[in-house]
Amino acid sequence: GAGAAPQRTGLTWRLPSPHSAMKALILVGGYGTRLRPLTLSTPKPLVEFCNKPMLLHQLEALRQAGVDHVILAVSYMSEVLEGAMREQEQRLGIRISLSHEKEPLGTAGPLALARELLAETSEPFFVLNSDVICDFPFTDMVRFHKHHGKEGSIVVTKVEEPSKYGVVVCEAETGRIHRFVEKPQVFVSNKINAGMYIFNPSLLHRIQLRPTSIEKEIFPVMAQDGELYAMELQGFWMDIGQPKDFLTGMCMFLQSLRVRHPERLHAGPGFVGNVLVDPSAQIGENCTIGPNVTIGAGVVVEDGVRIKRCTILKGSRIRSHSWLESCIVGWLSSVGQWVRMENVTVLGEDVIVNDELYLNGANVLPHKSIAESVPEPRIIM
Amino acid sequence: MLKAVILIGGPQKGTRFRPLSFEVPKPLFPVAGVPMIQHHIEACTKVPNMKEILLVGFYQPTEALSRFLVSAQQEFKIPIRYLQEYAALGTGGGIYHFRDQILSGGPEAFFVLNADVCSEFPLPEMLAFQQQRGDPPSFVMLGTTANRKQSLNYGCIVANTDTCEVLHYVEKPSTFVSEIINCGIYLFTPAVFQHIGEVFQSTQRELLLEESTNGWQRAEVIRLEQDVFTALAGRGKLYVYKTDGFWSQIKSAGSAIYANRLYLSQYSQCHPERLARNSPGGPTIRGNVYIHPTASVDRSAVLGPNVSIGKGVTVGAGVRVRESIILHGASLQDHTCVLHSIVGWDSTIGRWARVEGTPSDPNPNDPYAKIDSETLFRDGRLTPSITILGRSDPLPPPPSP
Repeated sequence: GAGAAPQRTGLTWRLPSPHSAMKALILVGGYGTRLRPLTLSTPKPLVEFCNKPMLLHQLEALRQAGVDHVILAVSYMSEVLEGAMREQEQRLGIRISLSHEKEPLGTAGPLALARELLAETSEPFFVLNSDVICDFPFTDMVRFHKHHGKEGSIVVTKVEEPSKYGVVVCEAETGRIHRFVEKPQVFVSNKINAGMYIFNPSLLHRIQLRPTSIEKEIFPVMAQDGELYAMELQGFWMDIGQPKDFLTGMCMFLQSLRVRHPERLHAGPGFVGNVLVDPSAQIGENCTIGPNVTIGAGVVVEDGVRIKRCTILKGSRIRSHSWLESCIVGWLSSVGQWVRMENVTVLGEDVIVNDELYLNGANVLPHKSIAESVPEPRIIM
Repeated sequence: MLKAVILIGGPQKGTRFRPLSFEVPKPLFPVAGVPMIQHHIEACTKVPNMKEILLVGFYQPTEALSRFLVSAQQEFKIPIRYLQEYAALGTGGGIYHFRDQILSGGPEAFFVLNADVCSEFPLPEMLAFQQQRGDPPSFVMLGTTANRKQSLNYGCIVANTDTCEVLHYVEKPSTFVSEIINCGIYLFTPAVFQHIGEVFQSTQRELLLEESTNGWQRAEVIRLEQDVFTALAGRGKLYVYKTDGFWSQIKSAGSAIYANRLYLSQYSQCHPERLARNSPGGPTIRGNVYIHPTASVDRSAVLGPNVSIGKGVTVGAGVRVRESIILHGASLQDHTCVLHSIVGWDSTIGRWARVEGTPSDPNPNDPYAKIDSETLFRDGRLTPSITILGRSDPLPPPPSP
C-alpha cells in the first residue's frame, strides 16, 4: 500500500504499488564550478561524498520513498553522467531521464522543460537542489503535503545566520508561507529554503519555458494565493556545492551515521571520532585518523600520518608522517612525506605534492605537481 | 713564538643574535656542534709555535664561559685566558689595554680574530705571506671578495695588485669602493701598539680640546677599523692576504645556520669522523649532519643535510630535520618536521608539529655573495627569517579533537 517501503531482492528494488509511485526532478545544473577542481575531472553529481556519489545519496533516498522516475535537469550534457545513470537505473530499478536545457532556464524554467515527463501522472512530484545533503525527509514530505492539500510544500531549515540567505516567513502552526525575504537586514525569520520541494502538477501552469527564478517569481505568487506551505527539517542540512561546505557537510553526515548506522564507521586504535573507511583502503601503523575523516576505495595511508576533517578520494596515497586537516585529496593523488596541508586545501585528480611542503588553502588543478610550499591560500594551475 | 687574541665582545654587542644570545654569550653559541670560538681556537692550535690564546671582551665571567675555558684547555692543551675589559673599549681599545699581557713572553707576532666570523682560518698561510713580505714584518689583514652591492656592509680594502699593500681602507662606505672586504682576522706584530697608541693620544687631545661635558666618551675606546687601518693605509705597513676559502659573518641567527652549513662542509673534507654516518639500525643521514654522542635519535628519523643535533637532544620516530640547529636538551616528538630553524635549549616540539623558517642564505648563483644582514622590520612588517624557539618553549602538538 501507499508508503510501504520497497523490498530489496538481490540487486533490484521492487516497487510497492504503481499508483503511489512518484516522480522527482533534480536540478543538477551545469559545470559545478564552485566545486572545482574536483568538477574539472568528474561531473558534480558523481563526486563522492562520504564514499558515495553525491547524486546517489538523493537517488537512493528518493527510491526509498517510493519514487520510480527521476528526471535530471542538466544544462550541460555529459556522457559520463549518462553512462553512470544508465547503471543506476539497472541497480535501483528506477527510470532516469535527462532533461537538457540548451539555454539557461533558472531555477523554475527546467520544470517547464520537463513538463511532459512530470505531467505523466497526477501524483505530486519532488523537486530537489542537487547540492543538498541531509536526512532526506521525503516520506514525511509526502505526508505533510497531502495533509494540507495545497499546491506546494517546501522544506525549510533553521540556520544561525539567516541574512546570508533568503528567509521564509510562515505560520508556526500550519506552516503556511506568508512571504519570502531576500537577505533581510533586520531579523525576520531564521528559516531558509532547504532546496527540497513537492508540487502538484498544477504548478506547471504557473511556469513558462524561459529563464525563471522559482524563489523570486513563482513562490511569492503561490504564497499570496495561500498555496505554499513550509515543512521544517529536523536534523542536519548542508549545501555541499563548495569545498568548505562539503567538509562541513561531511562532518554532519558522519555524525548522523554515528546515530543511525554506527556499524558503518571505523573504530580501533589510532581512530578518533567519526571515521568512514572503505574496506579496500590500507592504513599504516602509528597513524591517528579522525575525527571526521572519509577514506575512499584503494587509498593507501602510510605510517605515522595524522588526518583530521578530510575527504581522501579513491586511489590516493598519503605518504608517511604527513599532517592533514580540513582538506580534500582528489582521486589518484599522492601526498609526499612530512607534508602539512590545511585550511581547505583541495587537490584535484592526480596531483603530486612533494615531500616536506606546506599547503595552506591551496586549490590545485588536476595533474599538477607541487614542488613549492603554498603559504597563503591561492589557486595553483 | 706566537699568540692569538680572540675578540669576543660583550652583552651589549651582538643584539641581532637575540633571543639566542640571552641564554648564552654569542661567542659560545654552538655551530656545527661546538661553541663558535672553538673553531677559532682549533685553527690557532694548528699554527706551529702558538703558545697562548687570549680572549678579550667585556662579558662578566659566567659559568658558561669558565666551563668553556676549562674544557677547551683540556682538549687543545694550550693556555687560554679570558681578559675582561672594564668597559667596551672597541676592537682596538681592548687589545691596547691588555698590550702588556699580549706581549709578555716576547711573541714575534700575534693573530687577532673577531669571534663572530665563520672561516677556514688560513692562519699558516697568512704567516707565510707575512714572512714573504720580508722586513720589517708587516701587518696582514685577511680579505675576501664580496659582490659590489654587499661590499658596502663591510670594511673595504683597496690594495696594490702586485704587492697587496693596503692603499686605502673604508669601513662600511656609502658608495662603492672595493670588492675586497675585511674578514676580521689579522696578523699583527708588537709594533701595532705604537700605532694604536698614537690614535689613543690624538683622541685624548681632541677630547680635552672639546672640553666635552659628555662624561662617557673615553679616549680608550679605539676602533681598529675606522681609527687604525684607515690611518695605516698607504704607508707601506698594512697588507692584505686574499682568500677564496669560505667566510661569513655570524651576526644574526640566520647566519648561524649558514655558518653551521659551512663548518659541516669543512668537517666532511677535514674531519669526516665528526659527521654522522648511515648505519643499520640508525637514522637516515643525508648530507652533512653532526649528532652529539649523548643525543638519542630514533632509527626512523631522517636528518640532513646541514643539521647539528646538540647534547642530550631527543629525536623521536619519523622526525625530519633539515638545515637546522637543535640545541642542547631539546626534544622533537614523533613525526615533527623542522626546516631552516634553530630550536632552543630544552624546547619540546609536539607530535606532527611543523617548524619552518625562511632561509636567508646568500644567492647561490653569485660566488661572492655574502649572507644578508636583514633588518628585523621592513615596511612595518617583520622580515621572515629562520625560526627560533627560545629556551624551554614547549610547542604543543596541533590541537586535538
